[in-house]
Amino acid sequence: MSLALREAMLGFKRAPVLSALSVTTIAFSLFAFGLFSLVALNIRNTLRNVESRVEIRAFLVDSTPPESIAAAMGDIGVYTEVARVEYVTPEQALERARKELGEFNDVFEAGVLPGSIDVRLRDGFRDPNTVKQIADRIKVYTFIDDVRFGEEWVKKLYSIRNVATAAGIILGLAFAAVAIIVIGATIRMAVMARSREISIMRLVGATDGFIRRPFLIEGFVKGVLGGAMALALTYVASSLISRYFIQTEFFGVRLALLGLLGGAIIGVVGSAVSVGRQIRRVQ
Amino acid sequence: MIRFANVFKEYPRTGLALNDVSFAVGKGEFIFLTGPSGAGKSSILKLIYMEELPTRGDVWVSGTRARGIKHRDVALLRRKLGVVFQDFRLLEDRTIEQNVAFALDVIGTPKEKIHPKVSRLLTQVGLASKSTNYPRELSGGEQQRVAIARALANDPFVLVADEPTGNLDDRATRGVFQLLRDINASGTAVVMATHNLDVVKRSDFRVLEINRGQLVFDSADEKRRTPDLTP
Repeated sequence: MSLALREAMLGFKRAPVLSALSVTTIAFSLFAFGLFSLVALNIRNTLRNVESRVEIRAFLVDSTPPESIAAAMGDIGVYTEVARVEYVTPEQALERARKELGEFNDVFEAGVLPGSIDVRLRDGFRDPNTVKQIADRIKVYTFIDDVRFGEEWVKKLYSIRNVATAAGIILGLAFAAVAIIVIGATIRMAVMARSREISIMRLVGATDGFIRRPFLIEGFVKGVLGGAMALALTYVASSLISRYFIQTEFFGVRLALLGLLGGAIIGVVGSAVSVGRQIRRVQ
Repeated sequence: MIRFANVFKEYPRTGLALNDVSFAVGKGEFIFLTGPSGAGKSSILKLIYMEELPTRGDVWVSGTRARGIKHRDVALLRRKLGVVFQDFRLLEDRTIEQNVAFALDVIGTPKEKIHPKVSRLLTQVGLASKSTNYPRELSGGEQQRVAIARALANDPFVLVADEPTGNLDDRATRGVFQLLRDINASGTAVVMATHNLDVVKRSDFRVLEINRGQLVFDSADEKRRTPDLTP
């Protein structure tokens, strides 16, 4: 085992430029992956924040008796999907409108905006279908004039999130494939550079596994180094974006370690895929 | 120990190299393989250490059979043989000590056992004093001795030598040949391919003569015609 480790380290010493090239290529591949993951992560966070504001607003007909409102709220409040039910009086609605839309300040008189029952949904029940279902159930009440729940907007939310995740995965895999190809090429060069030694190893009875090991370890180390470098680059990018554009969240410790593990896997897989074949070529 | 049974060897580009070759090598024998260049001597040796496999017929080496052999088993077989070449095949960027240690490392010899064994082997070939030299600092004859020491690292039952004295002057040739005789005397079989008929004539070891892929003479087999030992 220690021989294999030593061989791997020697590999770096013998071909420093080539090794640096492999590490850098892995780093840039993972960096691209990392940037996209960062974007996906931040979109998801934003969506979650926005999602938690998903609510159904059921506008009440003027002069609905308080008992009806109370009864309706009581009913709706016990739906499993509902987190909170709130009654917004016409006056409160006006206040809210004045706050959110400054220009309405002088336009409104009392009674212009209707009161509403605002329904907040629980986590896990905010997908477009569920939201529509609840809205339909609420519409049934005769004193409910109109139900708004931003249908279009909820659907769009979800599709953005799905696209971001899918794009992230696809691009990530594409870049990983590129990294594997690059590592494969550098492995081929490394095997050719060491073909004399490998020949002699075979002569004295080394098994394929023994010959492979240093290359696999080298691939692993390159992968981890590439991953660390990519993590650093992504961190710098994230800091720059936070400083000049918009606050962005960086990966947590777990995700970061996952990134390093990903790098290691790419390194080992990339090596394994080509090393067996290359070694067989050396007699 | 070694048995060739009706072996044919055909190479894709150069055609038939061995044509119905059969012979057997017993424990501790010393065999010369003679014959002109291209006769098939190297092919026979390659079949012994299984760098090549027979196209037809079969080869047995120390109980391992060539037909159907797996890649991994070839590696394990090679641990029971020692192979020496005309061009020595040493690692230039390592000392001769490291070169011999390499063979022990590769088969997983525990670290503590490597150094003493390497010392013993280098002493056996008379190079203990030069253990920290690099191959390029040694003469041809000395480099071949290092190669022999490496070949002996696994206590092989047979030493296969492909023109081991081909690149050496007369004095070095005699030295290396003497070393091989000593090794043989202590029980290791030797199969040596050589052009050098002087060496062959001066000893009374068994001779296998190959010509155009065929075994035309085996000194152990009286029924065949007399060998062509004229220079």
